[in-house]
Amino acid sequence: MSSRDKILSAVAANQPRLSPLPDVDFLKGGEINAVEKFTEVLTAVGGKVINIAKLDEVTAYIEMNIAAGERVVNLLSEPLGMRAPQTDIKDLPHALANIELAILQAEMGIAENGAVWLNENRLGQRVTPFICQHLVVILDKSNVVPTMHHAYEKIGNEKYGFATFIAGPSKTADIEQSLVLGAHGSRSMTVFLRDI
Amino acid sequence: MESEVKDHAELAAIFNKDENRVDWHDETLWWVRQKRDKMAHGLPGWEDLREAASQIKDNVLSNLSQYLQQFEANAQANGTIVHWAADAKEHNEIVLELLLKNGIRKMVKSKSMLTEECHLNEYLEQQGIDVIDSDLGERIVQLAKEPPSHIVLPCIHKKKEEIGDLFHIHLGTPAGNADPQLLTEAARQHLREVFLTRKAALTGVNFAVAETGEFVVCTNEGNADMGAHLADIHIASMGIEKIIPQRKHLGVFLRLLARSATGQPITTYSSHFVKPRDGQRLHIIIVDNGRSIQLGREDFRNSLKCIRCGACMNTCPVYRRSGGHSYHTAIAGPIGAILAPNLDMEKYADLPFASTLCGSCSNVCPVKIDIHQQLYKWRQVIVQKGYTTTAKKASMKLMAFTLSSPAAYRTGGKVGRWVLKHAPFAVNNKFNPWFKQRDMPETPEQSFGEWYNKNRKK
Amino acid sequence: MKVGLFIPCYVDQFYPGAAIATLQLLEKLGVDVTYPPNQTCCGQPMANSGFEHLTGGCNDLFIKNFAGFDYVVAPSGSCVLHIKEHLHGDADPQATINHKVYELTEFLTDVLKVKSLPAKFPHKVGMHQSCHGQRGLHLSQMTELVAPEYSKPGSLLNMVEGIELIPLNRKDECCGFGGTFCVAEESVSVKMGKDRVADHLEHGAEFITGVDMSCLMHMEGILNRQGSKVKVLHIAEILNAG
Repeated sequence: MSSRDKILSAVAANQPRLSPLPDVDFLKGGEINAVEKFTEVLTAVGGKVINIAKLDEVTAYIEMNIAAGERVVNLLSEPLGMRAPQTDIKDLPHALANIELAILQAEMGIAENGAVWLNENRLGQRVTPFICQHLVVILDKSNVVPTMHHAYEKIGNEKYGFATFIAGPSKTADIEQSLVLGAHGSRSMTVFLRDI
Repeated sequence: MESEVKDHAELAAIFNKDENRVDWHDETLWWVRQKRDKMAHGLPGWEDLREAASQIKDNVLSNLSQYLQQFEANAQANGTIVHWAADAKEHNEIVLELLLKNGIRKMVKSKSMLTEECHLNEYLEQQGIDVIDSDLGERIVQLAKEPPSHIVLPCIHKKKEEIGDLFHIHLGTPAGNADPQLLTEAARQHLREVFLTRKAALTGVNFAVAETGEFVVCTNEGNADMGAHLADIHIASMGIEKIIPQRKHLGVFLRLLARSATGQPITTYSSHFVKPRDGQRLHIIIVDNGRSIQLGREDFRNSLKCIRCGACMNTCPVYRRSGGHSYHTAIAGPIGAILAPNLDMEKYADLPFASTLCGSCSNVCPVKIDIHQQLYKWRQVIVQKGYTTTAKKASMKLMAFTLSSPAAYRTGGKVGRWVLKHAPFAVNNKFNPWFKQRDMPETPEQSFGEWYNKNRKK
Repeated sequence: MKVGLFIPCYVDQFYPGAAIATLQLLEKLGVDVTYPPNQTCCGQPMANSGFEHLTGGCNDLFIKNFAGFDYVVAPSGSCVLHIKEHLHGDADPQATINHKVYELTEFLTDVLKVKSLPAKFPHKVGMHQSCHGQRGLHLSQMTELVAPEYSKPGSLLNMVEGIELIPLNRKDECCGFGGTFCVAEESVSVKMGKDRVADHLEHGAEFITGVDMSCLMHMEGILNRQGSKVKVLHIAEILNAG
């Protein structure tokens, strides 16, 4: 008997009488100001939120904050100027180790925890939002939902290969519970909230 | 290293020799409990969420065989290779084989309590495989050659000066520097090299979705992703009980997990792995290691609902004042005390007694495991199986006799009070553990029964 | 209504004052209360040590002693919880005993519906939330849950003239007594007790009270060893004071 068969038959023999699944839709809760809450929570966990009307403002941000010579990659479908070349990053993931700033489009933001939902098909490589030193995410205001329940409702049964929620810069408090931003993922995370 | 095996009480006594350190450990974890409270009280519907999570997990346990098969089929359809391991040994052998088959001798690992339970690192090291733990806390205890003391905060028992010393020796940080920022930066640089050069990455699994064959890995540091997205092979180890039925149920669990564990609304990263990356191989190892037996224990199966948040440890007044290592098992604290006896009842017979049954754990548990009731029930099972001392059995039999006989009880009580009053040295000495740090109660002239007889008896 | 008074074994032997106060308080409130003289113990010390299977004789004696009463009232949350959850004899006394057993403050609140007390106790008092009464019998709300605050013992204490209930840093942390735990895990037990006591002392308590004499006995042992002037009193003694 294979281990698989051994395990499955032991489980089948030992599992209790079937108990029903509960309804979870009612957990969505009431209406909230999602954009306001999203901004409040993401800021509290160490992210930055900047409201913009046009993408030019992102270009200006890059000019001001990233030193010349640092590698910037733009994975949006729109251009952001010479400093941030559009790319679909066909490199090996390892060749992305020198990315100073990556600019990505988020599918959606979740107000209750300040997270954005990023789908593999707009990341170039899966490692992009983790390996860059600094992360910039563009999020349309109309895509901010109140809770995780709303998020999964929107995701539905979409067939992605990889996707992730990211809520702020990487961090750790493993050394005597002192919070340090910038563990193994990005050191900072800035979300540009677009008026769409 | 150990010539004799110490139990929780002995290890806790050693831990308590340094009272200042106990205070520090206790206050740090109480603060984490308070952060959890703040989150819970700030979320309308918190108790509804707990109830929903509890019921979902009840359903999972009652239909686990079906869900496991559904998960396997969907994972395979996604291009994932699924392995089954009946026990820790088999799990470790599967990992080794995957590495050797691919000519790999160096692996990067992100946090997995299951692999702690299986003693994977030791096994691989004996086989000449170099494993580096990438979670900062795990890396610290790895360098210190210790097991983690908490399932979420692995080195909560270590002071920053101790970590600074470790990093000075192993990572070359300046001597005497204990600045968390600097130490974390050193770890970042050191581990970045590891991520970029290792061809195999092993992660745990927080949740495995039967409906889609995907699994979710939650970290704050991003280390699971850095390892997995740069490696040629990604191995994900999961216990059979990590299954949840549908993708939308992730909403419930991801809302509860970090709030319960660290008082954050969500971990920084909650990565959903469905298909292997182009050119990569993705392997999942589904592990039993005693879980199917626990599933058959009616009184204890609910312990399998655990989502490994650690809230029970943070709230437990005994854990906070004895430290995770006092439990001498991979998973410590209240949940550990109800899981471990299933694995080895004799070795872990002491754990269910390392509790006052205060009930705090059951009430912070996001999936409503009746932990304190299971602690009580394990005590009965352990004694019935004979894992108790002859002295204890004898004293309990005597107590049972005395308490079933009104006359024996009254006499016993009278004698006890007389001895305390007239020959206190017989009791107030070093053989009486109560007396070590507490005065004995004073002896009244008469018991209530005697008073009632004189003053009220009709 | 006939009430049978159940007095925990160690209260009977070492803290008769708490038992007397309980009796007098019930009598003051017009209750027809009797103390069956052949009672011994609820069996909890054996059961919590894993020897539930030895409690049959003790249980049968308990059931026999209290069979004829409408209510059984005890000044102990811990004992009452044990009886409700674990005491069963050969017949099915779940139907006869468990539903009529009450801890004192829950009896006063839920059955007698006491709204005022002629008690006076002008002192600073720290209320210790004994775990089994709080989390087991739901005598008061626990800090772990997101739920409305309430406290049966607290409300009763607030009826006492002149009393000042002090705040605490940790409202409902366990004192560390835990039955045989108090000697089997002596170092942790004492550390827990010391921390509880320190919390009360920090907030200026003159007295520490609660519904369980076991917790108070443990804290008293520590207080006396420290040479403290702070005293412990069972809640019955305060509700019956003045």
